[in-house]
Amino acid sequence: MSVTALPETSVPGSMVDNRSWYQRNRLRVAPWLFLAPAIIFFTIYVIAPIFQSIWTSFFEWNGLNNADGTSSAKWIGLGNYVELLDDEDFYTSLYNNVLWLVLYLLAVPAGLFIALFLNQTVTGMRIYKSLFFFPFVISQVVVGLIFSWFYNPNFGIVGEVWRFFGAAPPSILGDEDLVTYGIIFAGLWPQIAYCMILYLTGLNNVSPDQVEAGRLDHAKGWKMLWYVILPQLKPATFIAVVVTVIGALRSFDMIAIMTQGGPYGSSNVLSYYMFEQALSEFGFRMGYGSAIATVLFFIMLFFISYFLWSMYQDEKR
Amino acid sequence: MFPTPIEKSSPGIQTTYKVFLPIALFIWLLPLLAIFMTSVRSAGDINAGNVFGWPTSFQMLQNYVAVFTESEATTYFLNSLKITIPTVILSVAMACLAGYALAIYRFKAALPLFFIFVAGNFVPFQILMVPVRQLSVETGLYNTVTGLVLFHAAFQTGFCTLFMRNFIKALPFELIESARIEGVGEFRIFWHLVLPLVRPAIAALAVLIFTFIWNDYFWATVLTNGEASKPITAAMKALNGQFVSRWHLVSAASLLAAVPPVVMFFLMQKHFIAGLTLGATKG
Repeated sequence: MSVTALPETSVPGSMVDNRSWYQRNRLRVAPWLFLAPAIIFFTIYVIAPIFQSIWTSFFEWNGLNNADGTSSAKWIGLGNYVELLDDEDFYTSLYNNVLWLVLYLLAVPAGLFIALFLNQTVTGMRIYKSLFFFPFVISQVVVGLIFSWFYNPNFGIVGEVWRFFGAAPPSILGDEDLVTYGIIFAGLWPQIAYCMILYLTGLNNVSPDQVEAGRLDHAKGWKMLWYVILPQLKPATFIAVVVTVIGALRSFDMIAIMTQGGPYGSSNVLSYYMFEQALSEFGFRMGYGSAIATVLFFIMLFFISYFLWSMYQDEKR
Repeated sequence: MFPTPIEKSSPGIQTTYKVFLPIALFIWLLPLLAIFMTSVRSAGDINAGNVFGWPTSFQMLQNYVAVFTESEATTYFLNSLKITIPTVILSVAMACLAGYALAIYRFKAALPLFFIFVAGNFVPFQILMVPVRQLSVETGLYNTVTGLVLFHAAFQTGFCTLFMRNFIKALPFELIESARIEGVGEFRIFWHLVLPLVRPAIAALAVLIFTFIWNDYFWATVLTNGEASKPITAAMKALNGQFVSRWHLVSAASLLAAVPPVVMFFLMQKHFIAGLTLGATKG
C-alpha cells in the first residue's frame, strides 16, 4: 500500500504556512489516494470492458489476431444487430428471460411466506432457520446437479412419484415445453431461501408497539400483514426484489449445468446464448456475442437505473 | 411480534405446528437428501435400481475417499482455495480504503463514484466477458489462478465498497473530526481509528465474498481451459465425465464441493446474515 508513507501533519499554530503541498491540500488529495486502488481495478476490469464490448459488437471477429499481430476484426456497423432481428434463437432466449424474470419474482412472496411460518420461538428454531436457508449457500452448479438428479425420470424422485401414481414419468429436462419451467423451479429453491432470510431479519425489526396498536384497532391476519407489517418490511422487500431481478437476468450456471440451453435451444437465455455464440464449440463469434451481451446489458441497465434512483432518493433524505 | 407467537394459541395448534415443522423441513430439503442418500450407496445398489430403498451397505467413507483418489479433485479443491482466499483479502482491503474515502470526505465526485461502484456490481457478466478474456490472454493471465483472483477482486470491490461505505457512514463522524483537530494524519485515522471499528463489516464481507467466489462457475469457465487452474465448481462437469454413470461418486463430489461455504455459513452465521441483509434492517 503506497499510502503508508504519508508525512506527518504539521504542528498546529505555526504562522508561516511552510507546509508541503500535500499537507495544505490533504483533505482534497487524501480521498483520491484511498480510492486509487479500487478505481484502477474497477476501471480496468469492469468499466472499460463495458465500452469495449459495445464497440466489439460493431465488428465481425473470431477473437484471433492476424499473423502480423493486428486484430482480424472487420467493421460491419449494425450488422450484428440486424442479424439478431432475424434470429429465432435470440427470440427464444429473450422470451425465456422474461419467463425467468416473472416467475423468479415468486421467490419474494414465497420467501415472505416461509419467513412468517418460521418467525416463532419454538425450541430449536434457530437450527430450523439455518437449515431452511441452506440451499442458498450451495453453489448453483451443485443445485443444478441436485435437480438434474431430482428430475431424472429413471431414478429421480420425480420419476418415483409419477410411477407411484401409475403414470409414465415426464422427462422434464428433455421436454421443450417443460424444460425452462423445470430450471426456474430449481433456481427458485435457493432464491426463496435468500428472500426468506431478508424477511426474517426484517420481521425481527418490526416495531412491537405498532403491532400492539394494530391489535387494539382489531387488525388481524391479512389486514395486519398488509397495513401494519408490510409497510415496515419495505426495505427488505426492496432488496429482495433487487437481488431477484438481477439474479433472474444473470441466470447462467444452472442452464449450463442442467441443459446447456437444450433441447434445441429451448431453454436458452440471453446470458447463455451469448456464451454459446462467443465461446463454445459452435464458434467464436465475438462480435455477435457482444451484440447479445449489449442487448442484455441495456435490459439490465433499465433496472439498475431504477434501483440507483431509489437509492438516490434515500441518500437525499 | 408478528405473526402472533404460537405459545398464545391453543395446545392443538401448537402441536400441529410442532409436527408440521420437521415435515416442512424434510420436503424443503428433499432434493438434497436424495443426493445424499445416493452418495452413501454402493455401485451395486444403483445398478440394481435400488435408489430410494434402504442401502444394502453404507459406503459413505469409501465413496467420499474415492472422489479424491480416483480423480484430480484434490487439485481442484486447492485451486478453489488459492483463488478464493487472496480474492477475499484483496477486495476487502480495497473496499475498506475506498469505502472510507466515500463515506468520510465531502467532495463532489463522492456520490457519483459510489453509484458507479454499485451499478458496476449489477452488470451482466457477459458484457465483460470478451474484453476481460482478451485482456487475460494478452497479459498471460489466461488460465492462471492469478488471472481469476485479479478479476474477482476487481469485480467484488463494487459490492464491498457499497457495504463498507454505508457501514462507515453510520459511524459517529465526530470521532474523525476530533482526531483531525488533534492533528492526526489521514491514514493514521483510517488505520488506528476506523479500521478497528469496522471489524464486524470486514467479517461479514469476508464470509460473503468467500461464498460468492467459491461458488463462481462462469468466470472459472471463461478464464481457464486446462485442469491446472480450474476450481472445484468449474471442474464438476469434468468430474461428471470421469465418473460416467457412477452416480454415487458424482453425488459425493457435488456434496463435497458444497462443504466449505456451508461450514463457513454455520461458523459465521451472524456475520453472514448481516452481510446479506445489508440495509434491510434500517428504516
